[in-house]
Amino acid sequence: MNIFLELFFTFMRIGLFTFGGGYAMISLIEDICVEKKKWITHEEMMDVAVIAESTPGPIAVNAATFVGYRKGGFFGALCSTLGVAIPSFVIIYVISLFFENFLEVSLVSNAFKGIRIAVSLLILRAGYGMVKKMKKKPFTITVAVLSFIAVSVISFTGIRFSTVLLMLFSAVAGISMVFIKEKGEKI
Amino acid sequence: MIYLELFLGFLKVGLFSFGGAYGAIPLIRDTVLSHGWLTDESLSYMIAVSESTPGPIMVNMATFIGNTEAGFPGALTATAAVIIPSFTVIILIALALKKYLKNRYVQGALSGLKPCIIGIILATGIYMLFSNLKEAAFKSDMRAFLILLILLVFLLIYEKVLKKKASPIAIILVSALLGAGIYM
Repeated sequence: MNIFLELFFTFMRIGLFTFGGGYAMISLIEDICVEKKKWITHEEMMDVAVIAESTPGPIAVNAATFVGYRKGGFFGALCSTLGVAIPSFVIIYVISLFFENFLEVSLVSNAFKGIRIAVSLLILRAGYGMVKKMKKKPFTITVAVLSFIAVSVISFTGIRFSTVLLMLFSAVAGISMVFIKEKGEKI
Repeated sequence: MIYLELFLGFLKVGLFSFGGAYGAIPLIRDTVLSHGWLTDESLSYMIAVSESTPGPIMVNMATFIGNTEAGFPGALTATAAVIIPSFTVIILIALALKKYLKNRYVQGALSGLKPCIIGIILATGIYMLFSNLKEAAFKSDMRAFLILLILLVFLLIYEKVLKKKASPIAIILVSALLGAGIYM
C-alpha cells in the first residue's frame, strides 16, 4: 500500500481507539509504529515522547507529525496528523449536534451533576501526578507555589488575567536562572 | 468575527499547552470564559465528553466548542487552529532544530514553564471543585458533597485493591451513576 495511505489509516486507527488522551496514545503508537510496522526505532520513540512533552499542543498530534515526517516527509506528516484528528472530529461533531437535547433529559442532567465533580477530581489527580514527577528544586517549587497562588487569587476574585502571561513570566524566570547560574560560574 | 476569534483563541491554546490535555484545560477555560462561549458548568460537561470519547482531548474540545459557537465551519476552524502550532513546531524540530531543544536557554524556559503549569492546573482543579460544590450545595443540600465523598472512597479502594489508577472513563461512569441516583 502507498505509504501516505498507510500512514493516514494507521493513525486514524490510533485516533479511533485511544481513550484518555496523549499518554495512552504514546503506548499505542509505540506498539504499532515500533513493534509492528518498524517505522521508527525504540530510541526514536523515546525521543518522540520527550519532544512531545517539551513542545506545545496535543501529544498525539506531536507524535503523529513526527512519525509521519520520518516516513514520508512533509506530506507524510500531514497525512498522519489528519488521520489522528479525523475520528475525534467526526465523533465529537456528531455528539455536539445532539448534546443540548440530550441534557434536557432529567436523568442525563442529573448524571452530569455527578460527572462534573468527577471532572474536577480528574484535573486535581493530573496535577498531583505532575507534582510527583516534578524535579523538586527550590526554583521549581517556588514557581509552582507562586503560580498556584496567582491562579487561585485570579479565579476566586474574578480578576481577568491571562494564564498565558503567567506562563511567559515563568519562562522568562527560568531563562534568567540560567543567566544567573552562568554569572555565578564565571565569578 | 467569530471564526477569527475561534481561530486565534485555539491557536493560543495549541501554542501554550504543554504537558498534554490537562495542561490545556486552564488555557481553554481562560479562552472560553473570556469570550463568554461557555460557563464553568458546561466546560465540565465538555471535558467529560472529551474524556469519554476517543482521540486527543484538545482536538475533541476544539471541535465541540467550535461547533457550538459557529457550526461546522467553526468546528473546522477551531480544530485546525489547535493542531497548527504543534504540527509546525514538530516539523521544525524534525527538520534540523532538534539540537535547540537541548539548548540551555530553551531548557531554562521549560524549567520555568513546567512548574508554572502544575500550579495552574492544581489551582484550576480546586476552583472548579469548589464552584461545583458551592453551586450544587445551595440547590440540593449536600448531595454534591456526598458524591465527592463516595468518589474519593471509590478511588482509594480501587487503587489499594487493584494497585493501579482508575481510568478516567471508569471514574466518569461511576460519577454519572451517583449523580443520576442521588439527584433522582
